[in-house]
Amino acid sequence: MTEMRKISVKVNGKAYEAEAEVRMHLADFLRQKLGLTGTHLGCEHGVCGACTILLDGRTARSCLTLAVQVDGHEIMTIEGIADGDTLHPLQEAFRDNHGLQCGFCTPGMLTTLIELLRDNPDPTEEEVRIGISGNLCRCTGYQGIVAAALDAAKRMRALS
Amino acid sequence: MNSSETAGLVFGQSVKRVEDFDLLTGRARFVDDLKLPGMLEAAVLRSPHGHAAIRGIDKTAALAMPGVHAVLTLEDFRPHLANDRLIVALPSPAWKIDANRPFLAGKETVHVGEPIALVIADSRYIAEDALALIEVDFDPLPAISDCKAALEPGAPKTHLANPNNLVAEFEVAYGDAAAVFASAPHSFKLSLWQHRGGGHSIECRGAVASWNEMEQNLTLWSSTQTPHAGMRMLVDILGLDDGQVRVITPDVGGGFGPKLCFYQEEAAVAAASRMLGRPIKWIEDRREHFTSTTQERDQYWEVELATDGEGHVLGLRGNMIHDHGAWTARGINVAYEASQAVTMPYDIAAYSMKVRVALTNKVPVSPVRGAGQPQGVFVMERLLDKAARTLGIDRAEIRRRNLIPASKMPFTKPMKTRGGIQVLLDSGDYPKCQQAALDKAGWDGFRARQQAALAEGRYIGIGMANFVKGTGRGPFEGATVRIGTSGKIQVHTGAAAMGQSTKTMMAQVVAEQLGADMENITVTAGDTATIGFGMGGYNSRQAVLAGSAAHLASLVVRKKLLAVASEVLEAAVDDLEIVGSDVRVKGVPDMKMGLRDIAKALAGTPGFRLPAGQSPALEATEQPVIDGMAYANGTAVAEVEIDIETGLVEIHHLTLAHDCGRIINPMIVDGQMVGGAAHGVGNALFEWMGYDENAQPITTNYGEYLLISAPEMPPIDLIHQESPTPLNPLGVKGVGECGVVPTAPAIISAIEDALSPFGLSMTRVPITPAEIAAMIEEAQAK
Ligand code: FES
Ligand code: FES
Repeated sequence: MTEMRKISVKVNGKAYEAEAEVRMHLADFLRQKLGLTGTHLGCEHGVCGACTILLDGRTARSCLTLAVQVDGHEIMTIEGIADGDTLHPLQEAFRDNHGLQCGFCTPGMLTTLIELLRDNPDPTEEEVRIGISGNLCRCTGYQGIVAAALDAAKRMRALS
Repeated sequence: MNSSETAGLVFGQSVKRVEDFDLLTGRARFVDDLKLPGMLEAAVLRSPHGHAAIRGIDKTAALAMPGVHAVLTLEDFRPHLANDRLIVALPSPAWKIDANRPFLAGKETVHVGEPIALVIADSRYIAEDALALIEVDFDPLPAISDCKAALEPGAPKTHLANPNNLVAEFEVAYGDAAAVFASAPHSFKLSLWQHRGGGHSIECRGAVASWNEMEQNLTLWSSTQTPHAGMRMLVDILGLDDGQVRVITPDVGGGFGPKLCFYQEEAAVAAASRMLGRPIKWIEDRREHFTSTTQERDQYWEVELATDGEGHVLGLRGNMIHDHGAWTARGINVAYEASQAVTMPYDIAAYSMKVRVALTNKVPVSPVRGAGQPQGVFVMERLLDKAARTLGIDRAEIRRRNLIPASKMPFTKPMKTRGGIQVLLDSGDYPKCQQAALDKAGWDGFRARQQAALAEGRYIGIGMANFVKGTGRGPFEGATVRIGTSGKIQVHTGAAAMGQSTKTMMAQVVAEQLGADMENITVTAGDTATIGFGMGGYNSRQAVLAGSAAHLASLVVRKKLLAVASEVLEAAVDDLEIVGSDVRVKGVPDMKMGLRDIAKALAGTPGFRLPAGQSPALEATEQPVIDGMAYANGTAVAEVEIDIETGLVEIHHLTLAHDCGRIINPMIVDGQMVGGAAHGVGNALFEWMGYDENAQPITTNYGEYLLISAPEMPPIDLIHQESPTPLNPLGVKGVGECGVVPTAPAIISAIEDALSPFGLSMTRVPITPAEIAAMIEEAQAK
């Protein structure tokens, strides 16, 4: 149970190497071993989506992924979305459209929407709602989040 | 500023939130993000039984596990405690049984999830491994699950030592209901069952305690809504002085009520840290949230409405049984607020609600967003719908005939709050608010649409609900406003931020008076070291009380700033303005003095007089006492469509018209209303905290307990009315709970309307598709 493995992983463009028990899940690894506490745990059973990260560019639940599975892979977390202190258009849109209240679901919302907007730069409202249907938010009633996603899509299209 | 003015420089504007940057970049600090040197982690051994005697606990195997530092039971803690119970019950003459919680369960456990022991280990992984090695000799006892059954003679007793399960009994009443019913031309009866689930903040609870042996003091970081109350609890339980305990709320990932209670785990990690001399972290997981964090759950109502032939309500009476859970974690407040909310918006001369509060072997009950008021509203609105239907009056019209008219405001309700304060509805135009909602929702044209839909075999319905919600519960909240010698403005408050934009609200109120630069202000909310007293966050009170305190403190600081600048710049106070970080002479921007210079001047120079005859320090603390509650009001209209084969309810549209007095930040108010409404949709259709007959919880994950997700959320129209309350200097009323209160009642009303071809009466909430389908089938079979 306490077997340890060395894990090499690139997170937000930076290479990390750390030891972890084979049973440690990825969220704990990111938070505890790498000190990247921006990824949150809301349920640890794969429903709330707060722990969503991008694993090789695709969303994954870090509470349902073992740390050992990411050895040699690339991850993006909420900490890697902004460019230094310059917010990403999606983050700007969240701020301008009140897409967050307590902000606890936000890491998963942002990573999920990064993928969604990359794959579908001009989504309909319904597509956004379905896209975030695996992410629970108790504060916003989702309206601000959906508005932020649509606004971000517009901003990102204008940039590209 | 007085309350008749409209939007100011930043007050009344949708300014961006000061909280967002850190939250959006992963730099925020929630309790689980704290890592202290030498920190250990805790896991909690919880009862697997609804009710059992604890004959013995064998810790040997757990203690032998490498990485385990301690396994602590009540017996281990006791020598280190000044008090081994959490004395939290709000005072009330209604109590019949003292059911304050023990520090940990000792010889008897009374609900699944009740904490029994703490394992302290190098990591949470190891601590959880060790939990499995603790051997507890349980002797299962009969458990009582349902609160109605709990009051039947011969019911199993929640606690062996109690005479029965009746923990409290009271009546909320005014006028002569018996006389009214004796002569009323019409009366309408209903039996209702209502259930609300838990708070389910996406961040669970958690606490980190650190005892400092050198300084003999304790710091507790807790994801709580009430840091000052927590501090006092720790003083009481650990036998420390007030100055030895500091409670800090880091960023909090949602509260919604349950986090206002003080919990055993907070006390236990604090005591354990002192015993072991190491910082200790405990983070609740979601299963623990289901079995140990307070919930609202069941109420059974038997109610009756008396009217004349035109639907004027003459009186309302009934009785209610309320599920209290196994312990008192707060008070009788959920049951009291529910009973008091029933008649609130209406001019009804006689009312009597007899309430019995029952102990059950389940998680303790305390307020969840709305605190019983959605249930009270449901009762009133169900009765009005029934009366309207029977008397052949439009449902909006029967309400119009009974709403308190604006001409009668302020209106004294012959009731007292649970704290003994007279209920005085301070302001608002209820009929106008209702009309605004109806117009927006297309109420008048709906019958034609419904007929057309029915002709196509589609079942659509419309429903409505009015509410009046007491907000800003007193007695006070405090705020300190200080301009430091750096020129930065610091604001400290005992109000607790849990995601509802408290820091932005406070900064806006202060910025309005002190330079209008949001960037120049930092707000600390909920750190007992920065302000001596505070009540915390609950009951939609932050803007009302903490906002008022910040406003008053800013005015004092402003006056000092202007007095000093007036002397130095040799200009009359009226000719000065505060812009950004300076006080300037209007029209002569070069004649100015920095806030920092004034702060330095008022910090004093040895042997010299303070400028302008001012008292020391550019700071002020205000703690305005506001006992009367500010009553917000509103109307919800819901439109639904039901698939009669599956019972599936689709909400086409929600309209919410409301009045929360003056609005400080429209964007935030909208967010609170929509978020509350989402919770209300969940209460109507999804959220059910289930227990079986042995009081075993049967919904302990998000597969079994459903929270609303984005696709189910209907489009919402919001309508704001602003009737400033005279009760506070800002004219604001609370808004945090206003979205939730009328939403489920309006949805259930709409469902009943949609199913009117089947003549069904909706008397339960929440209601599932399967239940609706079964009701339709039964009706069709007749
Ligand atoms: S924490 Fe991973 S889905 Fe909830
Ligand atoms: S903002 Fe609080 S859970 Fe989404």
